[in-house]
Parts: sequence; structure tokens; C-alpha cells
Amino acid sequence: MDFNDTQEEAAFRAEAAAWLKANVPTPDELAGLDDIAAAKLWQKRKYDAGWACIRWEKQYGGREATAIEQVIWNQEEAKFNTPGGVFVIGQGMAAPTLMTWGKPEHHERFLPKLASGEEIWCQLFSEPAGGSDLAALRTKAERDGDDWVINGQKIWTSGAHYSDYGILVVRTDPNVAKHKGLSYFFLDMKSPGVEIKPIKQLTGGANFNEVYFTDVRIPDSQRLGEVGQGWQVALTTLMNERAAIGGGGAGVNVDVAYRIASEVMIDDKPAIEDSAVRAKLADWYVQESGLRFTGYRSMTAMSRGEIPGPENSIGKLVGAPKTQEMASFCMDLLEMSGAIWDEKLSTEAGLLQLTYMGAPGGRIAGGTDEIMANIIAERVLGMPQEPRMDKGMAFSEVPTGSN
Amino acid sequence: MNFEFSEEQELLREQARGFLTEHCPPAAVRAVLDGDADYDPALWQKIVEMGWTATVIPEEFGGLGLSYLELVVIAEELGRAVAPVPFSSSVYLATEALIACGSQEQKDKWLPLLAAGEAIGTFALSEGNGRPSVKSLTTRMDQAGLNGRKLPVADGRAADFAIVVGASDAGDGASWYLVELDQDGVNREAVRTLDFSRGHAVIEFNNAKAELLGGEGAGWSATERLLDRAAVLFAWEQVGLADAAMIQARDYAMGRYAFGRAIASYQAIKHKLANMYVKNTLARSNCYYGAWALNTDSAELPLAAATARVGAIKAAVFAAEENVQTHGGMGFTWEFDCQFYYRRAKLLGVNVGSEGYWQDRLITAYEQNNAA
Repeated sequence: MDFNDTQEEAAFRAEAAAWLKANVPTPDELAGLDDIAAAKLWQKRKYDAGWACIRWEKQYGGREATAIEQVIWNQEEAKFNTPGGVFVIGQGMAAPTLMTWGKPEHHERFLPKLASGEEIWCQLFSEPAGGSDLAALRTKAERDGDDWVINGQKIWTSGAHYSDYGILVVRTDPNVAKHKGLSYFFLDMKSPGVEIKPIKQLTGGANFNEVYFTDVRIPDSQRLGEVGQGWQVALTTLMNERAAIGGGGAGVNVDVAYRIASEVMIDDKPAIEDSAVRAKLADWYVQESGLRFTGYRSMTAMSRGEIPGPENSIGKLVGAPKTQEMASFCMDLLEMSGAIWDEKLSTEAGLLQLTYMGAPGGRIAGGTDEIMANIIAERVLGMPQEPRMDKGMAFSEVPTGSN
Repeated sequence: MNFEFSEEQELLREQARGFLTEHCPPAAVRAVLDGDADYDPALWQKIVEMGWTATVIPEEFGGLGLSYLELVVIAEELGRAVAPVPFSSSVYLATEALIACGSQEQKDKWLPLLAAGEAIGTFALSEGNGRPSVKSLTTRMDQAGLNGRKLPVADGRAADFAIVVGASDAGDGASWYLVELDQDGVNREAVRTLDFSRGHAVIEFNNAKAELLGGEGAGWSATERLLDRAAVLFAWEQVGLADAAMIQARDYAMGRYAFGRAIASYQAIKHKLANMYVKNTLARSNCYYGAWALNTDSAELPLAAATARVGAIKAAVFAAEENVQTHGGMGFTWEFDCQFYYRRAKLLGVNVGSEGYWQDRLITAYEQNNAA
């Protein structure tokens, strides 16, 4: 038992590190670029050198790397402050779905531009009527010649406003059971009838959107899977969502909390000398360390050629609430000043307040805490699903509420 | 990355689990729980024959000279089986203390006996309520011998000798004494603890014959080092126990029906089990870290040990408590085995320092690592 790379892994790590060191964009190169332009510059540079989407086939821009090499690459890239983020849905979720369900012409047309960052994709799944119960979605598609005509509304669509393409699940048959009446498409986000409205979040930011469809036409050639097979196709996307989103414990961590507890006083002594404060920090350290070493065990499994399973859901389930609790606790340490978000006046330049305000999103996006716990109970521990009131019922007969 | 047990170690685990399934079924735990014996001598003898007491003892002292990675595999399985034997006292504490601080003569005498199971050892630190500290020690050596009172001492009646932490005017304020317990100057009485399947004692020393183990005035730092090492091994027992309690809760929930369906299908129960799984997984991964640090004698051992121990205490106590809860009224009966985990988890949770003690040690170690 050790933390060492194998010979091949060490060689790969050295090669990746050397390339990154020579090629990560300098602040000068990024000066004046907005987030998307900066991300595109870096992605194109990686693509041209064969370091984009490294697990993909060479013909689509990858280098056919192993899972463990992907982890090593991620670790090495994370040592630098590189622009990114906007390609996660396209590369991490849309692309694997295209690879599994698309035709060769889809692969040739779309995968290279996903890898190079030339085209950005978004995910049009959630609806006002269906979040955790995703298959309850109502946006409908009706066949008209070689096209499908889409009407309805999606919600929580991150990056819809700057995306070129979107993956879309719609209802093609309301008269069969919920999961059986769905179909899966992709579409050009510039199609006539697509209307995007930003949603202002409780943080004050607006990263995601409502997307309205009014008689939007999608060619049948952009369907993935059979008509009525949309749920199965969506599962491919969702499986990859958990892999793409991962841990989520960034922002406020034990190092930040320790620093604050060392500076702030309780009864004229540093807070860190208080046994209750020490106990709290110790518990969070145990969680951070536990996630880190769970990650090392997953890496070991990958190193031995195994595929990590649903047990990896714990990263988000532990990390997201922990982030919220830690930000909240650190603000408590600051007492009344904990409320100050003004970056010039607040400790850690507003990090605590930003983290706390953003934390509810982390506990909801990509599967709520409750859904993640269900996944562990059902897929890891083998416990049965809750009985479903809508089982076997035609979708059009399923009761709905007022929210 | 190679952060996993080897194939040979996994084989050892299979063998250990098979052995304990056969020789330490719930009925064996219950026999000690219901009876007056401090432990199960027949099971202990078989464990000795398996060579487990000799695992890390060097070959020159009659041991197997294996690594701590083998020992933690055994520890996990003993925890899973809630084994009623003095393994932790004799192996994690007494043997470790002798290897760390014994003179050549002491090692020559005791390690072969420990390896062969011909002697059982224990470690006597606590003198009653509250967190042991060097200032609170009243047990002391003088011209006439060792005097003082230790309680509770795990396996205090089963043990042939104890390593006793006494006050000292020199060095760090404490010294270790090796005391043979079958002598006139030692009086031992059984103490009932909440885990009836593990024997404990109060031991009084009245001018007892005792010999120094390690340096005069080096006993407190030796105690902290010993507790770091033992914490990792205890944590592995706790992780084994936590896993067993979780599986018992899951299996019961699958077979128990209420309102026309298995209670395992209710999210209130599923989320409880998912919570156990999360705590157990984090604790286990931290125990890997502890095992690595113990095995490589890493400078990170104090941090790794505290991290493993805090996580393991939480996981074991939570799984044991919520296992009873999942069983409902039957879980509260003497007849059901849920009590084994409930008792043992709490005992293990205090016997080499409580959660609060190790949380404090963790932050201290974190501070020392950052300063280094």
C-alpha cells in the first residue's frame, strides 16, 4: 500500500506536467478576454497538442488515454489556475451520449468541435414539473414530416445563453407510462422559436436559464435512440453527469476555517483554543480526508482497470452540505461582521458569504442530497425503491399538484 | 496509485472471516455476555494457534514478522465478529509497548510468550473519571514498590502482566512499569462495564514489585506514541463493527414489513442506511491512511491516527445506535444480537481516548504538521 504511480503512470504524469508548464496561458495572454473567450483559447491549445478530452478516440481529438491517466491529467492541470468550466456539459455529458447513441456522421460532425471547444453544449432536461422526478417532464414533440415540432419549457439550463447546441428530452407519447413516452434529441440553440430567459439566483448571479420552445422544428436525424427510448438515452447522460460533477468541496475548507479561527477571538483568546471549535474543525478534517482517501481508493481501482461505481456519489453528498456548514460556522466565528459581504471589508474577501449563498445550489444541482442518498441505498446497498403511485399509469392520467 | 491491500492480504481477510464465522458466531459472544467469564478461552486458544497474536512480533522473538497491514485486516474481522477476547489489550497495547520501549532482556522474556499466547498483557492508564493527564497520575513507584489504583483496566483479570503508567519526578512526568499481576502486592477485582462480553478490572498496587519499562520520565511521550499506534488498530476494529451493524440493519429492514411493504423501501430507513454507508466509507478510507502511516512509521502518524480514530468512533457508534433503531422494539431486547454492537461500539469509543480527546489531538497534529 502506497501512494506511488506505476512506472507508466509516472511517465505520463511527467509528460503532462512538462506540457502544462510550457503551455498554460499567461495572465497577459488572457488579459481582456471574457470567461468564455479565455476558456476557448485554452481548450483550443490543448486540442491542437492532443491534450483535450484525452480518453476519446484519436480521430475525434483524444489520445485514447486510460481512466487513471485522465485522473492524473486532472490533478496536474488543477495545479494551475486555468480557464474552463463551460465545456463540462458538452464534453462530459453530451459527448458520451453521442458516442453511445449517435450515428457515425454525428461523431464526425460534432465530437471534434466539442473537443476543441469551438462549440459549447447545454443540457435541456429539467422542467418546472420534473426535477428529481425527471421523467415527469411535459415538453412535447409531435412528428411533422421529417421534423419534430417542440412546444414547452425547460428550466435550470446552465449556459443556455452561450451554448451552440443542446441535448433535449421530450414527451412524444403522453398515452403510455411515464418513462416509455420519452424521446431524446439534440438541437441548434439558434433554432427559431427557442427563447432563453435568465433566472436570477439567490446569490444575485444568473448562470442558468428558463428555455421556452414555441413550434421549434428539429430534424428527425437529430434523434438519439428510438422514439420512446428517450429515458434509456437520458440515463447514459445522467451516469456521466455524476462523473463530470464529482466532489464539490471547494471554497471554504479546513485550511480557511483554521486561519479564521486562529485570527478571531472568543473571550479574548483565539477561537482555535476553544475545544468546541477544535471539535468542529476536526470533524470537517475527517470528512475532507475521508473523501481524499476514498478518491485514492477509486484511483487505485482504475489503476487496476476497474470501473468506479455508484459509491462515488458520496463526494457530492458529503461535500455539498459540509461546504454550507463550514461557511455558516466561519461566519458565526466573526459574530456580527459575519454578515458583511462587501469584499473590501469582509474577511476572506467575501468568500464565506459567496460560498454560503451558493451552497444550496450545490446540494440540489445534479441530484439533491435526498436523491444521492437514494442512489446509495438502492444501487450500493440493494434496498428497494419506494412504491410509485404513477407506476404503469398512462402519463396523461398521472395526478399533478399546484407547484 | 496503489492505495489498496495486496492479494495476499485479501486472502488473509477471507481466511480470518471464515475462521471467525465458524469459531466466533453470535452464540459465542452471547455465552461470554451471559456468563461470568472475562473472555472466551477456547476461542482465544484458536486465535493463538492461527498465529494472530504473533503477527507483527519480529521473528527473532518468535513472531511472524508480518506488517501492520496484515494486523489491521485481522483487527477489522475481530471487530466485525465482536470477538470476546483480550486481543486489543495484549496485541495493540502490551505487545506494541514492549516492541517500542522494552529492553533486550524484557523483549527476550515477554515477546515470545505473547507471540505464543502463553502470556496475556494489558496497559493500565486510567485512574477514574476524566481525561488522563500526566498531572492527574497518582500511581507512583517508591522504595517499597508500586502503589496506586487503576480503573478500569481492560482484561485486567485475564492478563499476566500490565504496563502501568505511573507518575515520575523526572523527564515528562511519567514512567512505565511492567508489573506481573499474580503477586501479593496486586489486588484485582472485576468491574462490570456496559460491554458484558469484555472483562475489565480495578487493580490496586500495594508495594507491588515492578520494573521500569523504557526510560525514567519518558512515560508520557511513550504513552502518546503508543495511543497513536493503538488508535489505528482500534479504529479498524470499529470499522469492522460498523460494517457488520450496517449489514444487520439492512438485512432486517429488507425482511421486516410495515403498512404492507418492506421497511427498507421507506426513505426514512434508506437515508438512515445511506448515512451509515457514508460514515463507514469515510472512516474506512481514513483507516487506510492510518494503516499506511502506521506501517511506514510516517511522521504523519499522529494526524493519520487521530483522523482514523475520530471517523471510526463516529461510524461505529452511529451504526450501532441506528441498527437498534431500525430493529424497533426487538432491537431493544436481550434476545436480539443488536446489543453486541451497541455495547462494543461505545466501549471501543472510550477505551483508548474519547472522540473529544482525539478531536483535540487531531487539531494539535494538524497544527504541528503545518508548522513543520
